Amino acid sequence: MNDGGQNLWPLLLVAIGQTLEMVLATLVIGGIAGLVLGTLLYASRPGNLLANRAVFMVLNLVVNIVRPIPFIIFITTVLPLTFAVTGASYGTRAVIFPMALMATFATSRIVEQNLIALDPGVIEAARAMGAGPLRIIWTVVVREALAPLILGFTFLFVAITDMSAMAGAVAGGGLGDFALQYGYQRYNYAAMGIIIAVIVVIVQLAQLSGNKLARRVLRR
Amino acid sequence: MTAMVSLRNVSKEFTAGAAPVRAVDNVSLEIQRGDVFGIIGYSGAGKSTLVRLINALETATSGTIVVDDVPVTGRTERELRPARARIGFIFQQFNLLSSRTVAGNVAYPLRVARWSKERREARVAELLEFVGLSDKARQYPDQLSGGQKQRVGIARALATSPALLLADEATSALDPETTRDVLDLLRRVNTELGVTIVVISHEMSVVSYLCNRVAVMDEGRVVEQGDVYDIFASPQQTVTRRFISTALHDRPSPDVIERLRLRHPGRIVTVAVRDTGGSGTLLTERLRAHGVDGSIVYGGITDIGARPIGSLTLELVGANTDIDALLASLREQTDVVEYEREPGHQEAALQEVAR
Repeated sequence: MNDGGQNLWPLLLVAIGQTLEMVLATLVIGGIAGLVLGTLLYASRPGNLLANRAVFMVLNLVVNIVRPIPFIIFITTVLPLTFAVTGASYGTRAVIFPMALMATFATSRIVEQNLIALDPGVIEAARAMGAGPLRIIWTVVVREALAPLILGFTFLFVAITDMSAMAGAVAGGGLGDFALQYGYQRYNYAAMGIIIAVIVVIVQLAQLSGNKLARRVLRR
Repeated sequence: MTAMVSLRNVSKEFTAGAAPVRAVDNVSLEIQRGDVFGIIGYSGAGKSTLVRLINALETATSGTIVVDDVPVTGRTERELRPARARIGFIFQQFNLLSSRTVAGNVAYPLRVARWSKERREARVAELLEFVGLSDKARQYPDQLSGGQKQRVGIARALATSPALLLADEATSALDPETTRDVLDLLRRVNTELGVTIVVISHEMSVVSYLCNRVAVMDEGRVVEQGDVYDIFASPQQTVTRRFISTALHDRPSPDVIERLRLRHPGRIVTVAVRDTGGSGTLLTERLRAHGVDGSIVYGGITDIGARPIGSLTLELVGANTDIDALLASLREQTDVVEYEREPGHQEAALQEVAR
């Protein structure tokens, strides 16, 4: 695989490294923040453990506003904020910020939906034993929903990988950037094919380990 | 000694839409220490809400509730948590934590109560021994049968040694045989551990098997309450009678009477069997004394708290005056119902007598 005599393999390796950096950093930051936000959404919902209509409505509204924004537009919209936080407006590090932000909102819905599915009887049992709401949320609600949450995070990994492809827009690097520069713009179909294969392998590995982990949690 | 649970004029309203629904309507009850107290009613009668008021999972709209000398009404959520921990609760659907083992489930309330690991482990082992599940400690709830799950529920509810156990339809999801096992376990909880139990059920057989006192709920109100035997022996309310008939099956319905008539030309009476009189022996004795032939055509006798209860329906054949004298003497001891014949039948019977 080369481009006008230039060997592209080392560049591909760098791109893979950048993609993994973006995706994993986003998964960790966005995953944790999304877990917190999603749990807050769940708990503040009227009738639930920390029912608070005002908090719920504000969170719900913010999530609903942010989520539908196409990511490519979102990246450019939050650029000033990105610069303020990371001190850079382009590059891999700079793109992690909008990715983590978007992932937080996406994760929050996945988390909320999985928590809502929990049998309220189990929560009632914990309340009857004298447990407080924070303890119930952490030791009952989240723990009981762990398997579907792991599958949710696996799904998220794929979505984030997809998101990372747009990092090229702010010179973020990674496989998406690489595919645009060397594959799409120069009609290098071989390079395109290889990149797609690499992405497929990464996503497959993630899905497999997610399924395995979820199954282990469910003991099935 | 004060009552274990005392409810005074307790009401609970839910606001569903425009009109508030009164799930519990001005209920007053006293549950004594050591009682196994049944609360029976159809679904929607308010019994589940009532039991949730006792451990303050729901807050009463009005009235006062005192449990083990601690008021549970007019308290904040935070104040109520330690109070709830002193009341065990078991559920129809068991509500076990599927992500924890049997031992983990039983240990959960002990974690909430901040017991040390060593004490927790010792207590869990002791409880699993008591409910007969020591060998299942490391299994998960979805590996257990319904009866085993409820045993775990009972062990978990007893973990912090509560003086009061609330059982909300605890056997309604179980088959009859498993129900019997779980009821026997609850009885041991009462007799061996001295725990007062409140049993919510829509099955009178559960109440008659387990409870010494009962309250009947209908549309949010307690319409009748008292000693289980007394309620069975002389129910005052229609709803109570309906529940009792489901447990005893001893009284013939009008359809059954009609069918009995076709086969039995004599006078048909139902004699109540109580421990105060009307026993089988008494019946035989009186029949002989009055020279009346009696054959049992319907009925059933069971026992409640080791005291017999039920009724026998007999066809009486003999001179009318002898039968009248027999019935009069029986009525001094117990309740007797004679089924009047329809006019057509009476004529036929008279003709038969004339022949």
